[in-house]
Amino acid sequence: MKATRDGFGEALLELGKQNENVVALSADLEDSTRAEYFKKEFPDRFFTTGIAEQDMFGTAAGLALAGKIPFACSFAVFLLRGIDQIRISICYNNTNVKINGSHTGLMVGPDGATAQAMEDIAIFRALPNMTVLVPADSNETNKATIAAAEHQGPVYIRTGRAPVPDITSENDPFEIGKIRLLREGKDVAIFAAGSTVQPALDAADALVKDGIKATVANVSTIKPIDTETITRLAKEIGVFVTAEEHQISCGVGSAIAEVTAQHCPVPIQMVAMMDKFGESGQPDQLLDRYGINAKSIAAAAKVALK
Amino acid sequence: MAQRLNIEELKDTARSLRREILKVIAKAGSGHPGGSLSSVEIILTLYGTKLRFDPKQPESPDRDVFIISKGHGTLTAYAVLAEFGFFPKEELQHFRELDCRLQGHAHRSVPGIEASTGSLGQGLSIANGFALAAKLDGSDRRTYCLLGDGESQEGQVWEAAMTAAHRNLNNVCAIVDANGVQQNGPVSTIKDLEPLADKWQSFGWNALDIDGHDVEALIKAYDAAEKETSKPTVIIARTKKGKGISFMEGNHKWHGKAPKPDELEAALAELK
Repeated sequence: MKATRDGFGEALLELGKQNENVVALSADLEDSTRAEYFKKEFPDRFFTTGIAEQDMFGTAAGLALAGKIPFACSFAVFLLRGIDQIRISICYNNTNVKINGSHTGLMVGPDGATAQAMEDIAIFRALPNMTVLVPADSNETNKATIAAAEHQGPVYIRTGRAPVPDITSENDPFEIGKIRLLREGKDVAIFAAGSTVQPALDAADALVKDGIKATVANVSTIKPIDTETITRLAKEIGVFVTAEEHQISCGVGSAIAEVTAQHCPVPIQMVAMMDKFGESGQPDQLLDRYGINAKSIAAAAKVALK
Repeated sequence: MAQRLNIEELKDTARSLRREILKVIAKAGSGHPGGSLSSVEIILTLYGTKLRFDPKQPESPDRDVFIISKGHGTLTAYAVLAEFGFFPKEELQHFRELDCRLQGHAHRSVPGIEASTGSLGQGLSIANGFALAAKLDGSDRRTYCLLGDGESQEGQVWEAAMTAAHRNLNNVCAIVDANGVQQNGPVSTIKDLEPLADKWQSFGWNALDIDGHDVEALIKAYDAAEKETSKPTVIIARTKKGKGISFMEGNHKWHGKAPKPDELEAALAELK
């Protein structure tokens, strides 16, 4: 069990050791986002703007234009106050800035709604030139971070606060733009991203008892979306469930539905936050209250199959 | 950092740039004459006497960097860049046309334009990024950033100001084209910025307050900024929106409107 934010922090430090052009920025949340691992080793290449996210994004853009590879980090909720800066200084300029949004979803827990990012995927995937990565575990986050550094152009990496089970192994490859199948079953395809991947696997286990065999797909890249894999599964299986710790609007489910609607329409049941803000509570309690867990995913599969 | 133009040449070129700016905006049928005319001396003097650049190598690593944060004033920057040979002058005639890289707001595809801007308040942070990179690289290259006074109502400008002062970015020089007028009226009635020099000073900057149309005052100010070793410098350049045309000066209606043919003719007559 390890948090995806830890995988990010370790990868960023590793990148810093390999490439002196890698720099990191924070808006006073480097301890929480784990950018502090890099800061401790490379204090001269770490820049905090204090509690000023718009300034952080503009500064990152300038560093990138001057040839550096900047990683700008904060809670995903606070990235939203700099969306114009991300849109123009980063995406419109196509600067080589990598953005980490941490503490996503209800699993942030007791801090409550203002810290629980549930709208970030929707916004980031609408931006031209932006790549959107939602890795499922710490291992995969490590690889996604390294892939982000190698990619030319803006990248968003979504991480979480709480430890999550290891799903991928050190030897599993990570490729931007590829959906990987963790389980294969002919009855229903469950597409999950980030913290909902383990619940999707648990749901698939539970469904076996009801004679339902589920494919579980790890959507670790939301943009560019893997149209080929989605369309193939639509043709082969024809019934989908999507799951995300994110609002129902414009997130993972929508990204999948955009593909199927255009290429191979199939029924889809979407497990997501139903257009509500979260609240304080323990992660498990919140996931239960708002219906984003293995139980809901299994139930959604049965509905989809009707 | 060679003096490419002397005082007389700067004044003559300023006049011809104003004629060009008005003709191009009139031809395009849209643009921002008021804020483009107010910054002519600011940008021309920078390129003509101070900035380190080679138009044949617009991306050379040891160049000074100029960012036009008030991106709607980009035509002045385009015209100065063309004047110094970054691209052919006749390209200016296609400003704002489909498939011309001279976009309505500053765009990176134009040789010499360092960052695409147009949403106000973002350029100074970008300038700080360039400056931080220069310090990391041990380079003495400098970064200049042109802001509007209306633009300075954006909070991000002050976030960036704090960053530059906190990090002793003496290699940053901001210039405020303080023409006193924004889109819907005078800055002083919409959200007054005065005392502006005091504000920058209290934010830890070396603040200079000069006549922004006085070429000699600009040269002295750019020199003073370069000599400052511990803090960034801001040059508050007091200018007139629509400078040079009697019916445009100080008039917010000329913020974003193109002159019609008869208005262009009247304007050019004043710029002989």
